[in-house]
Amino acid sequence: MSHNLAEKILQAHTDEEISGAGQIVTCRVSLVLANDITAPLAIKSFKGMGATQVFDRDKVALVCDHFTPNKDIDSAEQVKVVREFAHEMGVTHYYEGGDCGVEHALLPELGLVGPKDIVVGADSHTCTYGGLGAFATGMGSTDIAAALALGETWFKVPPSIRVEYTGQLEPFVGGKDLILHLIGRIGVSGGLYRALEFGGPVIDNLSVEGRMTMANMAIEAGAKVGLFPADAKTLAYCAAHGRTGDKALTADPGAVYEQELSLSVTGMGPQVACPHLPDNVKGVDELKGLRVDQAVIGSCTNGRIEDLREAAAVLKGRKASKNVRLIILPATPKIWRQAMDEGLFSIFMDAGAVVGPPTCGPCLGGHMGILAGGERCIATTNRNFRGRMGSLESEVYLASPAVAAASAVAGEIMHPAKL
Amino acid sequence: MLVTGKAHKVGAHIDTDAIIPARFLVTTDTELLGSNCMEGLEPGWIKRVQKNDIMVAGENFGCGSSREHAPLALLGAGIPVVVAKSFARIFYRNSFNMGLVLLEVGDEVDKLRDGDQLEVNLDAGLIKNLTTGETIVCPKVARSMQDLLDAGGLVPYVKKRLAQKQQGA
Repeated sequence: MSHNLAEKILQAHTDEEISGAGQIVTCRVSLVLANDITAPLAIKSFKGMGATQVFDRDKVALVCDHFTPNKDIDSAEQVKVVREFAHEMGVTHYYEGGDCGVEHALLPELGLVGPKDIVVGADSHTCTYGGLGAFATGMGSTDIAAALALGETWFKVPPSIRVEYTGQLEPFVGGKDLILHLIGRIGVSGGLYRALEFGGPVIDNLSVEGRMTMANMAIEAGAKVGLFPADAKTLAYCAAHGRTGDKALTADPGAVYEQELSLSVTGMGPQVACPHLPDNVKGVDELKGLRVDQAVIGSCTNGRIEDLREAAAVLKGRKASKNVRLIILPATPKIWRQAMDEGLFSIFMDAGAVVGPPTCGPCLGGHMGILAGGERCIATTNRNFRGRMGSLESEVYLASPAVAAASAVAGEIMHPAKL
Repeated sequence: MLVTGKAHKVGAHIDTDAIIPARFLVTTDTELLGSNCMEGLEPGWIKRVQKNDIMVAGENFGCGSSREHAPLALLGAGIPVVVAKSFARIFYRNSFNMGLVLLEVGDEVDKLRDGDQLEVNLDAGLIKNLTTGETIVCPKVARSMQDLLDAGGLVPYVKKRLAQKQQGA
């Protein structure tokens, strides 16, 4: 039968015949991931299950990226638990310190994820790898413990929503704006339990990094996965990151979709998600004059080299407002070095930015940029829930690196073309 | 199993940062997590809760992060059941794994008000509002989820699977 992308990937990992949405199937997994917050609980469950070894030490990734460099004694203790488990199990892909980056930027860069893979991670933004054509989804620690022990997990085959983007992208509009626009349209539960499958000419022209930015936020619409076909760009990206044997991946002709959306992007400006949900989306010009106290550029959504270049292009020769703390966190050590070698740090430092280490840090209100009551931040991150970055009385606005950079300079939310 | 307690009603799209803010995720201890339950919604929220009270919510309860600390915080706070219009996907799965009972009742949730005294009959799938006398019939849980509940959660289920594998080897 004809399969959409979600069904096609699931079918490649199970002996059961996939006949459509709603079916429960058990699938073999390609990679299992956890981080410094979720791994300790997974390890507790893993031991409770009586498991003594992981299903495959090369297919497990433990990335200590959330509260690292460890922000306090408790987080240091948690990382210690993860480190000791990684050593005990002989886990190949354990990251902490100088080789560690934000997990969803790090794993694609290391060539650990690719088209047609099934990746499960104890982190909701695991869906990022859908940008490479992987069925990748977040789960809780105990589900991850089961996958660590068994190398398989169960899925309910999701109904798929096909989203087709047509038209011509305006300047300063990219992946972040495309996904914010969609979430604004369908809402934070608009994709609940569903697979989002992206396509159309705009997507064909979008970079692999831009696709990962979009897939990253599929969860913000409640979706299980956000999937992109794997095309020549995907295969070139995978080969450049040391992978071999990947093949192109598309949905079958005649595949079934619960819903098909067609969105024209012509004339659409940069998008901003306002407090306190990612679906409260407005055009950047509607927010003109809104003062900001902080700008954060980084995270698994927008901390890649392309994002830093985009920010640098806006910041070059300019200075952040005296009233704004501009914090830039390259997402991995490789990106950090690349940004340094390309001279981006000089631009950032001249603009008055703080350049920090790769960490999730402020995105989830961990550390390195916490907000006080009444403060407002424009961030390239993925969530603006109340209190997400600090005080319950603070506000987070979500936008692209170009908009965050322009807003830092202006001291208020600003269209980069109107600086 | 019968659970009787007071309803604590919250709105739609209650996210996991509201249920347990990230700054409290430096422990895996259920009681400790429970003591900070809903701190991201309203500081000191937990003070109103007594053991076996019931959370009542709008649509998409538990949206956001995959933190299993969220169902653990509710359990640690003494809340054994959440009734909602709908639940977010990862939270749904996590709750069954942790033994937190979720009842998805759609618009029927409007029959429950903050402070109402509720009696939940889990075997019969019935919620009785003792304050108003109204009753809600809960849709049946999917077979696979029921199997998981019957096994006592995911940990005992996998334990059994691993033992079978070892015997087979």
